[in-house]
Amino acid sequence: MCLGIPVQIKSITDPDKMLALAEVKGVRREINVTLVSEPAEPLEALIGRWVLLHVGFAVSRIDEDEARITLELLAETGAVEEELAAMVPQ
Amino acid sequence: MTTATPKNYADEYRDPAHARAELARIARLAATLGATRDKPISIMEICGGHTHTIFRHGLDRLIDQGIEFVHGPGCPVCVLPQARIDECIEIASRPGVVLATFGDAMRVPGTKGSLLVAKAKGADVRIVYSPLDALALARKMPEREVVFFALGFETTMPATALTLLQAEREGIKNFSLFCNHITVPQPLRVLLQDPMMQIHGFVGPGHVSMVIGLEPYEFIAEQFRRPLVVAGFEPVDLLQSVAMVLTQLVEGRAEIENQYARVVRKAGNPQALAAIDAVFEPRASFEWRGLGEIEWSGMKIRGRYAAFDAEQKFGVGYGGTRAATAPELADCRCGEVVKGAMKPPDCPLFGTVCRPETPVGALMVSSEGSCAAYWQYAGRRVATAEASV
Ligand code: SF4
Repeated sequence: MCLGIPVQIKSITDPDKMLALAEVKGVRREINVTLVSEPAEPLEALIGRWVLLHVGFAVSRIDEDEARITLELLAETGAVEEELAAMVPQ
Repeated sequence: MTTATPKNYADEYRDPAHARAELARIARLAATLGATRDKPISIMEICGGHTHTIFRHGLDRLIDQGIEFVHGPGCPVCVLPQARIDECIEIASRPGVVLATFGDAMRVPGTKGSLLVAKAKGADVRIVYSPLDALALARKMPEREVVFFALGFETTMPATALTLLQAEREGIKNFSLFCNHITVPQPLRVLLQDPMMQIHGFVGPGHVSMVIGLEPYEFIAEQFRRPLVVAGFEPVDLLQSVAMVLTQLVEGRAEIENQYARVVRKAGNPQALAAIDAVFEPRASFEWRGLGEIEWSGMKIRGRYAAFDAEQKFGVGYGGTRAATAPELADCRCGEVVKGAMKPPDCPLFGTVCRPETPVGALMVSSEGSCAAYWQYAGRRVATAEASV
């Protein structure tokens, strides 16, 4: 639960609710991007960026290399599969 | 951040040569401090994620250099007291209630079993990944009362807060939170005040600090004169952080430093802090497993959002007539382990009746709990060695 997983933002789906579609390793889900948005910047600026996802909310922008090493670390412990399976709403 | 990243960035944090260099540095610093196996320098890693990295990569063997890790209270599921689980089950058992929870909380034992047991007995308990999924359940089932079992440290609080605000904007009336959010700094203060406490320095949590920044730890340096270094999750991150703590000790400094600057900002995440502040306020007191009631260590929902507070809505817990602290099991040593006063294998239940498949104490439930981490990596060695004597 405390783990975050890096995901890449693909599109903005509902700007009023601050929702975006994110993807990692072929798994997609809608996430909330309030915490990584900047007041002076359009939400579209987030498209293509990597963020750390925690319980459905992007909590930090990270660069692509940080995303890659974090994914490797999670993969080693088997935590990637766990997170991905949990991410898809039942 | 627009700073150019070197090509070998990933390798920098994996590279065995880099790890070896850090290990050599640690050995030198430990020798300067006169640390030995019998008189070690004790460093508490606060976060359960770090506990895992330590065992997974065998960093607990640093004890040979005189560096001992003490595993802190950094797993929010593990420190939930039995009484809170009982209260959660009480809410889940009310007619019409759907209780939504993170999977980790399902097996935490209360006095009358876990949420898993409650579900088997007919309560409508559902596992969700996000509080947003709980809110979606409320939208989908307007005739039911959806309660989200909100728990976690500062990392998770903004998610819960933003979900509540979203529910309010949509005018959703059948959604509430059973709030068990807790803060990292307060229990550290209690541990530091304990005369039994022998911690020389701290490795601080990466993700919590990403939200709260560095300022909330200042009292550790100023008042208690202990160094704290916020660390990332790679093994080299941890080694580097340990070396930074030791360097401070050698130089006689006590400061709050940030090894994980590629993710953690000094001021934290302002949007996240604003969301927390809008929805939550500190409770005068909150109970922790093994540590008891700790002043100002938990968060509750502000009065203006009382309609979304399950404790108010259902009159349980701190919002109702709260039962006295439930007694913990006689042989369970979770309290001592959480305090860092005892190692998991020294608990009489460790590996015998208390195992990940059949957890007795909460530290065995979540994979981030120190007993579970110990069992998975190091402790099994100990347990089997002892069993064969
Ligand atoms: S072994 Fe079980 S009962 Fe003993 S301290 Fe660990 S979790 Fe608690």
